Amino acid sequence: MSKVWAIIRKDIVTELRTKELFTSMLTFSLLVTVIFSFAFGFSTGLVRLAVPAMLWITFTFAGVLGLSRSFALEKEGNAVLGLLLTPTDRSLIYFGKVIGNTIFVFIVGMIIVPMFVLFFNLGFQGTLLPLVPVIFLGSLGFVAVGTLFSAMAVNTRLREVLLPILLFPIIIPLIVSAVKLSGLVLEGKPLSEGASALQLLIAFDIIFIAACAVVFEFVIEES
Amino acid sequence: MRDSLTDNTYDIKAEGLGKSFGPVEALRGIDLNVESGEFYTLFGPNGAGKTTFIKILSTLAKPSSGKLTIAGHDAVKDPDGVRGVTGVVSHDPFLYENLSAFENIKFFGTMYGVQDADGRAVELIDRVGLGKRMHDLVRNFSRGMKQRLAVARAIVHDPGILLLDEPYTGLDQHGARVFGEMLSMLKSDRRTILMTTHNIEEGLDRSDRVGILAGGRMVYESLREGLDREAFREIYISRVGDA
Repeated sequence: MSKVWAIIRKDIVTELRTKELFTSMLTFSLLVTVIFSFAFGFSTGLVRLAVPAMLWITFTFAGVLGLSRSFALEKEGNAVLGLLLTPTDRSLIYFGKVIGNTIFVFIVGMIIVPMFVLFFNLGFQGTLLPLVPVIFLGSLGFVAVGTLFSAMAVNTRLREVLLPILLFPIIIPLIVSAVKLSGLVLEGKPLSEGASALQLLIAFDIIFIAACAVVFEFVIEES
Repeated sequence: MRDSLTDNTYDIKAEGLGKSFGPVEALRGIDLNVESGEFYTLFGPNGAGKTTFIKILSTLAKPSSGKLTIAGHDAVKDPDGVRGVTGVVSHDPFLYENLSAFENIKFFGTMYGVQDADGRAVELIDRVGLGKRMHDLVRNFSRGMKQRLAVARAIVHDPGILLLDEPYTGLDQHGARVFGEMLSMLKSDRRTILMTTHNIEEGLDRSDRVGILAGGRMVYESLREGLDREAFREIYISRVGDA
């Protein structure tokens, strides 16, 4: 466990110093939100229906920027090889990277939501608190798959292109569930009304975290 | 004399080691035994397979054929066993640029399972002469300083075997001299050291035994003792040219 924590701590310290992930993700999110709000105008009935989808489109594209940068930092000075030289189970490295990246992506997600509320003038009923577990579960599943593909893409010349091409088809069930649940919350309805979507989101996270942890060893090491 | 030694006296024992990348054979049946406490330098031109060989010895790559034992650990079946007893210094420092010297060595100490990673980091950073820069970010270090810190990273878990892959690359004269002094210090610790280089001057100085790798094959091996520098240069040019 101390090894997982050391990786998380290293990533947090690095991010606090460089602010590369947050700056790129938040700037991108802000720009996309502004463009959406100008394109669609203030909240009308139709736009309101599309807001959850726009929210998750913004969230996932911003997340791809962060994930891409996350492994690029490991490649500077080939530091990742120093990590691979240690007698550390590769799944622990994966879990460390996933937890660190989930923290970053989740925080960005929690900042994007108020931005959408502000720019789309969403006069929602009830509370936004139920969005917290939705964004957390969405972040976790997104990062679980994204961390694997980011490690795979980092050694290629077209990593910025390859990562979204590999990632987005896989996370379609996650996006569909997250959009549905976010829509319910924004309409002031309880999450229990989307129980099947919530179950799918949780199942996605469990299955892909387990599968990616096993596959990560083969992705990160040379054959 | 060396042939009479038992397997247990060898820290590194490679038998028929081969590595292919598709149709390209980077290593072809390498046989190499390095005794405990020995400083072995492997010379070879660019593309000879030196880095591939070090990658296999350090478990960063798997051999396509042959058998490799490091300090009694099978490199394929027990890679973590090998990682626990080896340290690697390459031409890349394998350090995090945005962490300080202390944070780097502490991090790698933790990943190697060192009990007092904080204390060990302070001790080693002092030992490689970077005590005053302990809390400076690595991105602000010179190439020579990074290479010295890379040595601290490589020995943070006190390994018995050091693998050095072209460690002098990119060092200026002063940096090379300081790094050379560090190698002498490591040799005096009675560690087993295998270094690859294409530079005869740097390689011969501290070696107990030397070999030449060319075209993925071992084409020459000799004890350093009694080996004249100029004679070796002639041998090197001739063997590398033939391969």
